Amino acid sequence: MTGLLRIGVDVGGTNTDAALLRGTEVLATVKTATTADVTGGVAAAIRAVLAAEGMTGTAVGAVMIGTTHFLNALVERRHLQRTGVLRLCGRATRALPPMIDWPDDLRGLIDGGAFLVDGGVNYDGAPIAPLGHKAIREACRTWRAAGIGAVAICSVFALVDARMEEDAAAIVAEELPGAAISLSHRIGRTGLLQRESAAILNASLHRIGQETVAAFRAAFAGLGLTCPLYLTQNDGTLMSADYAERFPVFTIASGPTNSMRGAAFLTGLSDAAVIDIGGTTTDIGVLVGGFPRSRSEGAVIAGVRTNFRVPDVFSFGLGGGSLVRLDGGLRIGPDSVGFHLPHKAICFGGDTLTATDIAVAAGLVTLGDPSRLKQLDAGMVRAALARMKADVEAVLDQMKPGPEPIPTVLVGGGSVLIDGLLDGTSQSLRPDHFGSANAIGAAIAQVSGEVDSVVSLEGRSREAALEGVVAEARRRAVEAGAAEATVTLAEIDETPLSYLPGNAIRITAKVVGELVA
Amino acid sequence: MKTWTLTESDIDRIALGAGILGTGGGGNPYLGSLMTKAQLRLGRTIRMIRPADLDPGAQVLALGGIGAPTVGIEKMEEGDEGVRVLRAIEKFAGRPVDAVIADEIGGSNGLAPMITAAKLGLPVVDADGMGRAFPEVQMTTFFIHGQASQPAALADALGNVLIVTAATSPEMLETLMRAGTVAMGCTAHMSTAPMTGDFVRRYGVPHTVSQAWTLGDTVMAARAAKTDPVAAILRRAGGTSLLHGKVTDIARRIDTGFVRGNLTVTGLEDCAGRSLTIDIQNEYLVAREAGSILAMVPDLICICDSETGRPVTTEELRYGLRISVIAIPAPALLRSAKALRSVGPRAFGYDFDFVPLGVPTEAPPVAAYQEPEPAKTSTQRHVQSGGLS
Repeated sequence: MTGLLRIGVDVGGTNTDAALLRGTEVLATVKTATTADVTGGVAAAIRAVLAAEGMTGTAVGAVMIGTTHFLNALVERRHLQRTGVLRLCGRATRALPPMIDWPDDLRGLIDGGAFLVDGGVNYDGAPIAPLGHKAIREACRTWRAAGIGAVAICSVFALVDARMEEDAAAIVAEELPGAAISLSHRIGRTGLLQRESAAILNASLHRIGQETVAAFRAAFAGLGLTCPLYLTQNDGTLMSADYAERFPVFTIASGPTNSMRGAAFLTGLSDAAVIDIGGTTTDIGVLVGGFPRSRSEGAVIAGVRTNFRVPDVFSFGLGGGSLVRLDGGLRIGPDSVGFHLPHKAICFGGDTLTATDIAVAAGLVTLGDPSRLKQLDAGMVRAALARMKADVEAVLDQMKPGPEPIPTVLVGGGSVLIDGLLDGTSQSLRPDHFGSANAIGAAIAQVSGEVDSVVSLEGRSREAALEGVVAEARRRAVEAGAAEATVTLAEIDETPLSYLPGNAIRITAKVVGELVA
Repeated sequence: MKTWTLTESDIDRIALGAGILGTGGGGNPYLGSLMTKAQLRLGRTIRMIRPADLDPGAQVLALGGIGAPTVGIEKMEEGDEGVRVLRAIEKFAGRPVDAVIADEIGGSNGLAPMITAAKLGLPVVDADGMGRAFPEVQMTTFFIHGQASQPAALADALGNVLIVTAATSPEMLETLMRAGTVAMGCTAHMSTAPMTGDFVRRYGVPHTVSQAWTLGDTVMAARAAKTDPVAAILRRAGGTSLLHGKVTDIARRIDTGFVRGNLTVTGLEDCAGRSLTIDIQNEYLVAREAGSILAMVPDLICICDSETGRPVTTEELRYGLRISVIAIPAPALLRSAKALRSVGPRAFGYDFDFVPLGVPTEAPPVAAYQEPEPAKTSTQRHVQSGGLS
């Protein structure tokens, strides 16, 4: 995608950042206020970044948006669609019905009736029971009477054999034309309850997914944009807007990922720690091969346990707006003046001592009126800087993959708080455009396809099994908008399963490719 | 007779404590605690009894899960597996079961008998056969002291039941049970031979459900008060702090179905300058410092997250994790010469004899044990209100 003009947008809690890139060159970055309707702020940011370069919308080849809009819908319990649940399990798994570990209020909003019917397979692919066609049609009739328009389908060991989920979906589509159907094997990993919960969350977000994408498209028309729209996913790769409508849940943890991907792009480092210091919090994560390292345990989303792979990020309360208190010993954060920084900080004429004031007093950055900070004790300023650095170093040490020093990238507006080389690092870089690394990360995102599967090696070679999994991952990447010729294997992992016979292995594969031009 | 009727918050505490007693293995109690709490929401009750209150002639059946953990989280239980196992054993033995018990308190199996107990209205004995977690069926104080190898039974989610009516050794029983489990899709519910009340009174590790509850309650109380959970564990539950520090090296591999490896912990704060290595064979087995052994199996080597007190399993270990390593003396029943042949260092392939750390103290039963209420009205009201869900 050399030369393609792209706009990346990252919608944060306080600011919406936008970056305009041509190929790998950053042309302009802007920061605007996030708006309640999200779309308004995004449109304003895009307009501003185009204006900065005197360009019009028609010249833009692609727009990539990172948003926590769908996560907010779940957290705030808004715009959620009542969802029917179909579990294909035969007699197995009945001790734990769907949504058993959900918060009661969220279950009350989303639960549209669950049916446990015949179906599912064992770890070796042998059916638990033939698919219960009749029971599925009966379930659909109940949902139809109740006006249910979204259905999640989850089959036991769907990652070994997904055909029953697909067959069940065909029946549901016939009985409930137009229903939004989420299949668990496309959404989660091994671990039935958590994968099922993820599929239900996805189905419940379907309508808001459609509405949001439609609103973005309308705003684009107003800006004269005619290019494709993409949303960034939890792993820092893109999905087309059509795909986002079907898999809104994949955007839910995309926030920290964009900053880390932007940090990798701006420095050219593929293995490094990334420290993103904003106004209120610091996020520390680790890049492995250019992508954020995933957490081993799944994400808890709005109180629901899922098994999504999300970036392994440690967040704590240190940012440019962190309150600095001197009474009863020096304390910094975790509370912050947040978006009030421009009028509350002493250097900006306010009366609240913030971490930004410390950085200004120490001469690390020039902001506001430094003369207002003359009365600050130089020893206290040194001690506060040392404390912030030590706090970052302690978390950094926990996040590092090993004891060896690693390069570190500082991004985000608050990264000016850190001075000098951090302990345990080989270098500390603060690249140009560090304040908009998140929007740049969105702009440069690639497209991926991922598969997690349990495969028996009875009667087939290991190579054939690996090839099959990679082929499926490639198919999914192309479906999500990748140019087929550019797709390469990013990760492949095989794990022999303990206590299992027949050489069963679990294979996970991920491929990435460039956007279709 | 005093009994202890469990609440949902008791289940959470027992699950947390069972995780700590799992010494790094034993499986995650999360799904088991959800299943158990679901029984209480249906209006059923789970009654614990102390081993000393067992009738000497009572029939006690040990229940637990067997299989591959990866399968267990996908093809979960139907719920009546334990009931089918128990009925099969009753039919074969020709007499009813009076109480159920766990073979293994550590990890997910600590809660396993409770679902069946709730369904059948049977009491659960506050004791187990390990006082911790071990990788194999025959590593229980029950087998060590002569529990019969037959009959033993397996049941799967679909209604299949298998009874072993004869096995030539506890090891052969383990082999047969594993083969049956594979045929059932690699996850099943199992029981070993029924035991008498007298046998369980003598050879069960007493009050280990109470011990798990106390550990869990201690950690939750420390979290709520924002105080050091590990210090609270040591104060209230006994044990020795071996080191607190961070994981600086971890090597693991799967070898003949078991996780093996070792781990290095480097001391922090008052432990700065010290370093501990720990051997892993599904559980944490041996802790060494500067060439000398600090603690060894069967004494319990437990690892908790220093900040939250959450037990850290062998799968969750990674560089930089802040952990506290504590050793809890193994119950006296595991420290006898006879027991050490099955669960001492040599049973795990080491070339040295067991050196105990600390003096075992019998865990006391929780204070919640009470004489049952005379009238039945309260129980009935509970059934009605729970029946709505």
